Amino acid sequence: MAKRIDVSGLTAYYSTFKAIEDISMTVEPRSVTAFIGPSGCGKSTFLRTLNRMHEVTPGGRVEGKVMLDDENLYGSGVDPVTVRREVGMVFQRPNPFPTMSIFDNVAAGLRLNGSYKKSELNDVVEKSLRGANLWDEVKDRLNRPGSGLSGGQQQRLCIARAIAVEPKVLLMDEPCSALDPISTLAIEDLIGELKEHFTIVIVTHNMQQAARVSDRTAFFNLAAVGQPGKLIEIDDTERIFSNPSVQATEDYISGRFG
Amino acid sequence: MSQTTVTPNRSPVFSSSRLPRWAPAVIAVASLALSIGISLVAGWESKVQWGLIAALLFVIGSYAVTARIEGRRQAKDRVATSLVWVCFLLAVVPLLSLAWTTISNGAQVVDGYFLSHSMNGVLNSDPGGGVYHALLGTIEQVLIATVIAAPIGLLTAVYLVEYGKGKLARAVTFFVDVMTGIPSIVAGLFVLSFWILILGFSFSGFAGAMALAILMMPVVVRSTEEMLKLVPNELREASLALGVPKWKTITKIVIPTAIGGITTGVMLAVARITGETAPVLLLVFGSKIINGNPFEGAQSSLPLYVYQEYGIGTEQSIDRAWGAALTLIAFVMILNLVARGIARWKAPKTGR
Ligand SMILES: Nc1ncnc2c1ncn2[C@@H]1O[C@H](COP(=O)(O)OP(=O)(O)OP(=O)(O)O)[C@@H](O)[C@H]1O
Ligand SMILES: [Mg+2]
Repeated sequence: MAKRIDVSGLTAYYSTFKAIEDISMTVEPRSVTAFIGPSGCGKSTFLRTLNRMHEVTPGGRVEGKVMLDDENLYGSGVDPVTVRREVGMVFQRPNPFPTMSIFDNVAAGLRLNGSYKKSELNDVVEKSLRGANLWDEVKDRLNRPGSGLSGGQQQRLCIARAIAVEPKVLLMDEPCSALDPISTLAIEDLIGELKEHFTIVIVTHNMQQAARVSDRTAFFNLAAVGQPGKLIEIDDTERIFSNPSVQATEDYISGRFG
Repeated sequence: MSQTTVTPNRSPVFSSSRLPRWAPAVIAVASLALSIGISLVAGWESKVQWGLIAALLFVIGSYAVTARIEGRRQAKDRVATSLVWVCFLLAVVPLLSLAWTTISNGAQVVDGYFLSHSMNGVLNSDPGGGVYHALLGTIEQVLIATVIAAPIGLLTAVYLVEYGKGKLARAVTFFVDVMTGIPSIVAGLFVLSFWILILGFSFSGFAGAMALAILMMPVVVRSTEEMLKLVPNELREASLALGVPKWKTITKIVIPTAIGGITTGVMLAVARITGETAPVLLLVFGSKIINGNPFEGAQSSLPLYVYQEYGIGTEQSIDRAWGAALTLIAFVMILNLVARGIARWKAPKTGR
């Protein structure tokens, strides 16, 4: 179910500003890859190029190739809408749909895409909420508004919403940065379970988190403000945190800059 | 004296002498009394003048008294507070007086008979008669205008917020701004010259409704635009990231999130056109009899009825004008309450 991502020579612009330049990497299926790097180096930008959300930003433009297994997401004739059904996303701030109940939030993707059987909907919602470790907390109030949950619960609701459409890849942009340590732990555990089924890419500013949850870690950096961000290195998480091959990575991880 | 006795005379730092809570009320009463006194001595009759002088005295008085007792900073604070109060009263007094005049003059006229009968066969100096034909005309014209203007306005706003970039969007925004400033009589003249004089249709409720729609559209566009802009971008992105197409994101996520505000905006626009007289006078023409067909023949409407009955000037017709004015205000009020109800019912729910 999970798919491999193979990026080569990817450059992304905001109008005329080049935000990231010439990034190439491979992300293995059923693995967790963490992106780390100083603020503004283009982690979010790169993440959003992986499901064609970058072009939603006015002026957003991408050059290069992103292969999902053997299909180029930026090939001609590829519909971004279908790409996003395969590559789901969880955002930094929890953003449940305020007009919808908990149930409807999880069902939103299926309902709005019109690709479901009525009889299956209940099962899918339950399965997704269980998958997001939220089922026990909300099973008695599925019809209450989703915005009435706590921040951590809302974020898990958003994860449930994202996995309900059964994507192949799950992108997470600092999913825990608005959460307390307990909710963070819950989501980290969840990531560990989710990687059985999905390919996961997570952006984080928390080194311990990257070390805890990820199999591989990619370090991004930029030469100076106004310069495009670049991929410095990507390697097994253990190596990045014990013995990275680039000095800048070690400096960043040990807190000497950034 | 070699040794002075040390008196424990340190004044407290944080608490200073304070005016009692009833002080503003006393100052207000005193300034009112003073103002009446001054006016009587000077021989000024106008009660408006009394009120304005009292307001001025109140502001000056609060400053003087507070500065004396509490200090200058508190005095400035007090002046700001009293200015707010004075402005509030200046705004509320005319409103209350308008409502009171209309109710006291209109309440004795409005009854079941008044609401259910037309002016057919009623002479100017006769008592009786009613507003049924005008109420019916108003409802039909406003309904038609809303059916035309609300969807166009809504779609225009959606275009401007969700799709519009570049020259076309700027041009649309510019024309919406221009339309906002169109005087209602000009809208009426436009439809008159185009629909009736050039195309040769006759006076009708529909002609009036078109002019009303022209007046309503920019209001709907503006308010809807503001409401759509309030919808956080994150919701759009969340929906798009689920693989939902853009048009579905707009219809199923963005508009439902903003629907409460959009409804309020549309209702306010409806309230605005309900009171329009000029285009109705030009295009609907006015009629004393019940004409339920807005597409053919003259109709009446509430504001037009008020205008015409008041113009006749007999005691009975002026009574009828007040009755119709009250009906009009009540109609708009009910619309507003309904709008608020819908807005509250549809608003995104929080709460656990
Ligand atoms: N909408 C936008 N329009 C123009 N420039 C943008 C936009 N979003 C981001 N940028 C620029 O692109 C560069 C990369 O931003 P990005 O958000 O990808 O950084 P990041 O690594 O995610 O930072 P952080 O860790 O703070 O989230 C920055 O220089 C930023 O100013
Ligand atoms: Mg970011």
